[in-house]
Amino acid sequence: MGDGSLVEMTRSEIKADLEAGTQLAAKKAKLPELAQSELDHLLDIYASAARFTAVDIGDEVILSNDGTGTKHIGNRVQDLQSYEALLGVDIVELWQIDYAYKAIKTNVAHEGQTMKIAQNLLTNPVQYGAMPDLGRYSKPDGPIPNWSELLPMGKIDEARQAQEEACEMLVEDIDFVADAMVAAGTDGIDFDTTGAAGDADFLAGLTACRRLRDKYPWLGIEIGMAAEFVLGMHGRLEFDGERLAGMWPKDQLRMVQQAGASIYGPAVNINTGKSTAWNIARAITFIKPAMEIAEIPVHVNVGMGVGAVPTCVYPPADATSRASKAFVEILKIDGY
Amino acid sequence: MEGAHAQASGMGGMRAAGDLVARMQMTRRMRLKEAKRYVADKLGCTPRDLSDPIAMEQIRLEKGLGTLAFTSSVHPDEPGMMEAKFNIGKTLDIPINCVGRFKERARL
Repeated sequence: MGDGSLVEMTRSEIKADLEAGTQLAAKKAKLPELAQSELDHLLDIYASAARFTAVDIGDEVILSNDGTGTKHIGNRVQDLQSYEALLGVDIVELWQIDYAYKAIKTNVAHEGQTMKIAQNLLTNPVQYGAMPDLGRYSKPDGPIPNWSELLPMGKIDEARQAQEEACEMLVEDIDFVADAMVAAGTDGIDFDTTGAAGDADFLAGLTACRRLRDKYPWLGIEIGMAAEFVLGMHGRLEFDGERLAGMWPKDQLRMVQQAGASIYGPAVNINTGKSTAWNIARAITFIKPAMEIAEIPVHVNVGMGVGAVPTCVYPPADATSRASKAFVEILKIDGY
Repeated sequence: MEGAHAQASGMGGMRAAGDLVARMQMTRRMRLKEAKRYVADKLGCTPRDLSDPIAMEQIRLEKGLGTLAFTSSVHPDEPGMMEAKFNIGKTLDIPINCVGRFKERARL
């Protein structure tokens, strides 16, 4: 199940859940349902009694592994080393526990020094990651009037103005942190859970990405999303003349590509009350149109509450490996 | 969870050639198939070899692309982390930020 609990289901029940998952996503986002061959393939993966499953030899993909480490193995650099050596991930990410660019700005020299040490001790690409997290700029955490308080009072123009000001501050902070990490030797910058605070949050990520791409043509820039749908907290914000509110993965990807990112990370959140079969069919239906137009690598978010991996601290390996195989074999993703 | 993903469908990082393919995705925005083909051509192997740890250990040793520390301990004369990244940048014909900065700061 989406909450990680183990249930027994018949093949017919799994088939019904797959069909219900794709039908719901198709209706919600006005997309085609998955083809019968794709549903059959998913059924084979999810109806198997095997404890673990995997892709065929030669079909392996890249693990960018945002939020690398467990924070209880030595220091942070040792954490990255253990993931490089013991787990064999392909990209590791240095991050701090207060996972937002605004918080890192005040601590950037220390973070840069840690990046420099990591670069000396690892062969893998090491990127730096954090959330844009626009909400931090609103009162009481930040200086900007809180749009979540203004909106219920009907102060729509003031709420929009507040988000625009916060967006500008966030772009400057991402730029400031990224410059420091580039000076420290980073291979890339990750904007994790972009759009968490809605369209202004997404706009900040896209704007910062374009600015960084202009400065650093070689830099790895990953934009991972917070959800399958961009909330219109502002409602009128545009990037390259296109309204961001209401975008599903295909349009999110178009914007991310135009902004110059290296990697796009779609996220589809889990419904904890439904089976993993229902959740995978829903997630793949949402993401499939993006894969059809992708010109850059797509690393789907597949873990702990997104991408049909259950919302729990220790996601069961059977659910995780099934999601892994399903995304690779049906969507031909480039990584996760 | 990362362990399950790594076993189910991961390229294996620097146990094989996942780090090299990842660098092409990051630096040149190449999709997976193109990135695997590019790296395989540069290494003189097939894309399928890239996730084979036995094939890749030999290739990495030959080209000085770095192997895991516990493997390196039996080959003390092979390149370490930063040294391997010098060779990776040259082999793949891509800039590696920390290598460029190392050269600049060491006045090389």
